[in-house]
Amino acid sequence: MMSEFSGFASLAPAWPEMLLAAGALALLMVGVFARNEASRFVTILAIGLLAVAGAMVLFSTQGAIFSNGFINDEFARFMKAFVIAGSILALVLTVSTAEDKGLNKFEYPVLVVLSTLGMMMMVSANDLMSLYVGLELQSLALYVVAAFRRENARAAEAGLKYFVLGALSSGLLLYGASLVYGFTGHTQLDRIAEAVAMGERNVGVIFGLVFLLAGIAFKISAVPFHMWTPDVYEGAPMPVTAFFASAPKVAAVALLIRVVFDAFEPIARDWQQVVIFLSIASMVLASFAAIGQNNLKRLLAYSSIGHVGFALVGLSAGNLTGVEGVAIYMAIYLTMTIGTFACILALRNADGYAESIDDLAGLSQNRPFVAGMLAVFMFSLVGLPPLAGFFAKWYVFLAAIEAQLFVLAVIGMLASAVSAFYYLRIVKVMYFDEPTRDYAVPAIEIRAVVALTGFLIVTYYFTVGAPLAEYAHNAAGSLF
Amino acid sequence: MTLPLFFFYLFSAIVVASALMVISSRNPVHSVLFLILAFVNAAGIFLLAGAEFLAFILIVVYVGAVAVLFLFVIMMLDVDFAELRKGVMQHAPVGIIVGLILLLELLMVAGSAFIVPEAAGAGVVPIDGGVENTRAIGRVLYTNYIYLFQACGLVLLVAMIGAIVLTLRHKPNVKRQDIAKQVARTRSGVETVRIESGKGL
Repeated sequence: MMSEFSGFASLAPAWPEMLLAAGALALLMVGVFARNEASRFVTILAIGLLAVAGAMVLFSTQGAIFSNGFINDEFARFMKAFVIAGSILALVLTVSTAEDKGLNKFEYPVLVVLSTLGMMMMVSANDLMSLYVGLELQSLALYVVAAFRRENARAAEAGLKYFVLGALSSGLLLYGASLVYGFTGHTQLDRIAEAVAMGERNVGVIFGLVFLLAGIAFKISAVPFHMWTPDVYEGAPMPVTAFFASAPKVAAVALLIRVVFDAFEPIARDWQQVVIFLSIASMVLASFAAIGQNNLKRLLAYSSIGHVGFALVGLSAGNLTGVEGVAIYMAIYLTMTIGTFACILALRNADGYAESIDDLAGLSQNRPFVAGMLAVFMFSLVGLPPLAGFFAKWYVFLAAIEAQLFVLAVIGMLASAVSAFYYLRIVKVMYFDEPTRDYAVPAIEIRAVVALTGFLIVTYYFTVGAPLAEYAHNAAGSLF
Repeated sequence: MTLPLFFFYLFSAIVVASALMVISSRNPVHSVLFLILAFVNAAGIFLLAGAEFLAFILIVVYVGAVAVLFLFVIMMLDVDFAELRKGVMQHAPVGIIVGLILLLELLMVAGSAFIVPEAAGAGVVPIDGGVENTRAIGRVLYTNYIYLFQACGLVLLVAMIGAIVLTLRHKPNVKRQDIAKQVARTRSGVETVRIESGKGL
């Protein structure tokens, strides 16, 4: 008979998750009993909690526990570290903006923590059931957060739209999972791979695979399952949009990688077609659709759709270089996105926040630091060297060329060139148009986030580039 | 065709048909009634698989509580029932069909016991004859599936927080019960007034 303590020690791979779960409950209690300024206090505590969990993730034990339903390997650690980083930065952005954006209730940071927990469970899922439960925990918290400003009609619409379409995508995913279970007899990913490898090519399994991919494509908002993204991003408050565009995307891409490589490696040809289609459609549609957008949030929504398309280029390759490329891509994408949103949140005056591209006119004259940083992020999102965005695209296209997907690589580069138009338009408006609005000095922590992400993007090649690539290489290696 | 197979196809055909009716019928009350029909038949499929505990849970929880709750919610929605009631005789066949199907199923289940006495045993395919359903579920739910069990608990917690965040309003002019205030009341604020009968206040 195992003693209680050794039982607890055997759960070591899941300690960060257990800490977050217990911490979220504790934060709820703190929020209820700390009456005054509870929201800001709980936000700061939540940031601390996530930071501790992040440190625990970096040093967490590897292994599969809970009857192999939960796995913590190099890949999971890498992705979880970035998911937590995204959540922390998104929460930092709300500290001073919560009041204006209607997020000043202590439930907001608690929901972000619970949603982060769901994302970590997704990243670590090694079983179709734990995958689904993690996904639902994450999505449910996000639906609520989207509609958090309930008296605002657009936020309520965004929440409702997100909920209905999210429920539909969960339905697709569950249907796929049930078919896969029915035709292979297993829910555990590696067992599914064994069953798939043994039997001949089965239409039922392919059907299930396609439905699974469709459900996950919804979550990463890949075309043609992207329709909700611009509306939800536009309707939700800006700090929430920053959160939506960062951590959940990383987690969902990690989930996609784990499902296709752990469970369906033997039928790689079949899912590669689907991923290549999603990738091309996302890159091309986003590049063209973003051109007509004037609202910053809608523009960034299309930008995020496009970037998911670029990340999928790496996945289409279906090899180790590809997964490594996707891991690096998501890390850099997260940094760029948070940085861009921080720049926009820094632009505030008595009338409110900058909402459209016109509001950025002549920004270089009255807020040169923010304008300069925003220009850096735009150049990085385009993929100009020597900024980090260039290396992100470099790795995924390298993988595609290694896998001889030349057409895909060429289409990706063309889409990237088209997307340069709308990113550079922002730079042009900031530097060459007459100023129309003045902005106040942004809060210290927002400037800190802008400076930190900007520093990482600019000096990528000299500072974090090499260690990140090595870390990503090890992470990808743990899947093969 | 064996009897369990026959019942399996019967139940599943009705589940699919009534699920279709749930989304295609215009009257939301009919939708809920079809939903109940779908639940009852799904419970029948569980019974055939030997999972009698799940079958009865499905009836008790979904038919007994959830579906009735749905009905109440729909009643509170702003549905123009007068408009819907206009074609009561037109809609009557729907209700009659649902009722007849349920009655027929009940009769078949009850009747089969008399016609073929050995069918009662044949219908159920126990997974492990020695272990009852509840015990079998308990054995895996709190051991193999403890992770999922706890995670589902968190999902429900998020749902609860969400429902409260999105609906609770602290309106300033609403009179709420304040028990401490009630208990702390002294006689000082109370005044006894003697009123002459027949005169009023």
